[in-house]
Amino acid sequence: MNQATRKLSGDTIFRALTMTFAAGVVLLFVTLIVVLWKESQLSIDAFGFGFLFSSDWNPVTEKFGAWIPIFGTLVSTFLALLFAIPLSLGIALFLTELAPAWLRTPFGTAIELLAAIPSIVYGMWGLFVLAPLMADHVQPWLGEHLGFIPLFSGPSMGIGMLTASLVLALMIIPFIASVTRDVFLMVPQNLKEAAYGLGCTTWEVARDITIPYGKKGIVGAVFLGMGRALGETMAVTFVIGNAYHLSWSLFAPGNSIASTLANEFTEADGDLYLSSLIELGLVLFLITFTVLTLAQLWLRRGMQESDR
Amino acid sequence: MNNMQRRKIINGTVLVLSTAAAMIGLVMLTWILGDVAIKGASAINWDFFTQLPSPPGDEGGGLANAIVGTLLMTVVATLISVPFGVMAGTYLSEFGRQTALGSTARFVADILVSAPSIVIGVFVYLLVVKTMGNFSGWAGAIALSIIMLPVITRTTEEMLRMVPKEMRESALALGAPYCKMLVQVIYRCAMTGMITGIMLAVARVAGETAPLLFTSLNSPYWMQSMNEPMANMTVALFNYAMSPYDDWHAKAWGMAFLITMSVLVVTIITRISLHKRS
Repeated sequence: MNQATRKLSGDTIFRALTMTFAAGVVLLFVTLIVVLWKESQLSIDAFGFGFLFSSDWNPVTEKFGAWIPIFGTLVSTFLALLFAIPLSLGIALFLTELAPAWLRTPFGTAIELLAAIPSIVYGMWGLFVLAPLMADHVQPWLGEHLGFIPLFSGPSMGIGMLTASLVLALMIIPFIASVTRDVFLMVPQNLKEAAYGLGCTTWEVARDITIPYGKKGIVGAVFLGMGRALGETMAVTFVIGNAYHLSWSLFAPGNSIASTLANEFTEADGDLYLSSLIELGLVLFLITFTVLTLAQLWLRRGMQESDR
Repeated sequence: MNNMQRRKIINGTVLVLSTAAAMIGLVMLTWILGDVAIKGASAINWDFFTQLPSPPGDEGGGLANAIVGTLLMTVVATLISVPFGVMAGTYLSEFGRQTALGSTARFVADILVSAPSIVIGVFVYLLVVKTMGNFSGWAGAIALSIIMLPVITRTTEEMLRMVPKEMRESALALGAPYCKMLVQVIYRCAMTGMITGIMLAVARVAGETAPLLFTSLNSPYWMQSMNEPMANMTVALFNYAMSPYDDWHAKAWGMAFLITMSVLVVTIITRISLHKRS
């Protein structure tokens, strides 16, 4: 009897202990939001909602607005997805349908390994290799042939929105491609064979069977890739140019929330300046939180439906 | 042109485009790795591992303090996050599958896995650096441990769940209390998987820069303790690459090479061990 109670209490203690740590994870998250919220109070009081839409950013006069970094974050992410989605789908299709069997595993592994390379390496490569190339060859060519569109006008500086988006795209391609490949591999072979048996071409099988079947997973992968791109710091900071300008031109330097934080946080001298930077961080956190929550809900709904 | 021909042409076009996409991806990525390997390997020599950084603009010197700093902070971060993450993961898998706390913690961990690491840096700055009054190696290690924690929590949960039900049942049937069954049977079964998860988390933070920018900062000196700013490879890489000196650029490539190689080696080892298991 005595021994039985002791065993029982050992279990209870163990259970309580693990529960404490699980609650710790939740507590950490809550503290994160509360601390950011509290420390950005100074800036929230000073600028209110206008903070989000003001394009002032002047440490001398202590006027701060988040619009330029927010705009830069959204535009660079959007462009990166624009480049990355078709390429990733192409890679996934190649890996599941076209590549000879001996090539699939090594190629797939290579793509997965590339997702493990630290983002600072992508950023540095962008600065030293891609940016000069963009400045000397790609941007002058685009300017010459498409310069009548405001997006491709202006001086070719190499660093700027376009280069940042390209580096960002390179960084998320391995991620989206490998998840999409896994999704494609989950399509039942019977369905595909049935379609081939009806005389469909490879593309028709992909369009009518593989992609619709894996749609949920693909959208989930894109959302997760988006979450990464929004908060990515190092790949962007090197090449975005860090300038507070709003410009139609994609060649022009800009700023993202993460790159603003990386460049200015340790140098912020005024309390209001620091508080505004913290509010920027809070905004970034809330944006990614929203995107990631949507991704979670979407994937969960997907799982429930496929359970049925 | 009849329907069949049209379909064949569309099919051919798409297949060519898809192959082209794969080729573009492969070329870009070999290009990046190639540059890192070629420019990085030539910057690495004995001094790189043994000497302190030389003053700005001077040639020579090395990054011994940054290499040690990165290793030390990664080890401390691992020591903090492993017990925390394993316990939290145990709760999620064993006691909290259906509870409100379980699903909240699971959701929060999934969000934290992809949360912007720079925001974690800001958070730790406010929590630790501001309280302690100075940048420190401790702050850096804490920031890294916060990034590792959700990864370890979720992989531990997955790995514990994969242990066959029969293992649990037979241990319990022998009269083992629940916690004894967990520690002596379930943890042992899931050990390889859990270690893999921890290794992947280590590989991830070894290349993290953003959370260290405002926590450990960087330093050109040997560390005296973890209470002061601490040199590390990624922030040094950032500073060196942004500097105007050619010699520093070469060293930045050297660090990029070293970091990329270590991360890839760890990732490959874990993949092989996972592969053997499945």
